[in-house]
Amino acid sequence: MSKNLPLWEVFLRSRRGLEHKHVGSLHAADPEQAMQYARDVYTRRLEGCSIWVVRSADIHASQEGDAAAFFDPAEDKVYRHASFYDVPDGLKL
Amino acid sequence: MATPSNVAIAELEEAFQQRIDREEKIEPKDWMPDAYRQNLIRQMSQHAHSEVVGQLPEGEWITRAPTLRRKAILLAKVQDEAGHGLYLYSATETLGVSREELTEQLLAGSAKYASIFNYPTLTWADVGAIGWLVDGAAIVNQISLCRTSYGPYARAMVRICKEESFHVRQGYEIMTVLARGSAEQRAMAQDALDRWWWPTLMMFGPHDTDSAHSGRSMRWKIKRQSNDELRQKFVDQSVAQAEFLGLAIPDKALKWNDTRNHFDFGEIDWDEFRAVLDGEGPCNHERMEARRKADEEARWIRGATLAYAEKERVRSSTGTES
Ligand SMILES: [Fe+2]
Ligand SMILES: [Fe+2]
Repeated sequence: MSKNLPLWEVFLRSRRGLEHKHVGSLHAADPEQAMQYARDVYTRRLEGCSIWVVRSADIHASQEGDAAAFFDPAEDKVYRHASFYDVPDGLKL
Repeated sequence: MATPSNVAIAELEEAFQQRIDREEKIEPKDWMPDAYRQNLIRQMSQHAHSEVVGQLPEGEWITRAPTLRRKAILLAKVQDEAGHGLYLYSATETLGVSREELTEQLLAGSAKYASIFNYPTLTWADVGAIGWLVDGAAIVNQISLCRTSYGPYARAMVRICKEESFHVRQGYEIMTVLARGSAEQRAMAQDALDRWWWPTLMMFGPHDTDSAHSGRSMRWKIKRQSNDELRQKFVDQSVAQAEFLGLAIPDKALKWNDTRNHFDFGEIDWDEFRAVLDGEGPCNHERMEARRKADEEARWIRGATLAYAEKERVRSSTGTES
């Protein structure tokens, strides 16, 4: 079996001052090629002014099955939100 | 690599300033004058250190909070401050300085942190006063910094401001409960306001006329509003808040000025400000000891996790089972 091109995740900064956001992935042999392909695939309509490519294998994701144990502890902590507190009329807080 | 000539640098600086004048953000890989980079590293790491050291005065009250509700809230707040430290350290690291270097500078005393955290938290009312005043002052400053010219710093500020608003409200809620409580509780609230008011005003830094880096920082839009402007904004908003509580701001010169459309207020004790910055505040020593202890006592944990990760890596690459 011939060796497959590795997978890369693509992140785009749509405008100066904004963070890079994940837009998709592609296959490429090395960072330079991944960058070229990302430019061709994801920025044909000026969607971005800066690109990051990261080997998909280097991304570690949380597991769907762990979601409850992982995220539920934040559920009952409503006091972390400003809306939990009453603000007296006429005061800016 | 050839070093750019002076002409080339002048051109780069010109283009850099034009980008800033157009309100475009500067991003990590962009060319920037070395002084801009150094200025940011100083300001952002100082800010990060302040978030981290700022956990200490309030942290002392987590075990002594009067109710379970208050304990959970205070814990969540202090936890947020740790997060703020992390956002800021990582934003600072985009400028090419390492977290370890920054920590070393703090522990060696060559980097500063906000002088306010060198004051002690004597009563529960201090926890209320810190949330109300200290976080309130921090927000005034941080809202302004959401428009700072360095992208990673601005984005960290946006995230932090979103989280900060609960800090002020929980502090003000504590003050409200005390101010409506027994005579003793009201006295406690007033005493906290008396002790925290002036150090809070000092948080905004020296007067604009005495501020060493101010002019350049404003031109580079690292700072968007001056120390005195921000301080004035804080004073103006605090007066109605203190009034609602029925507490007196400890400043006889505090008075509405119709022509300025602002409150006039008294002069800060700048000798005290400098002394606390120079290490002579009531808790400077204690705070640094706490940070040093935390750093030393966690060292073996960092070492152990690294050693374990390395062992796992070797094990999976050689395919051996232990
Ligand atoms: Fe904070
Ligand atoms: Fe805060």
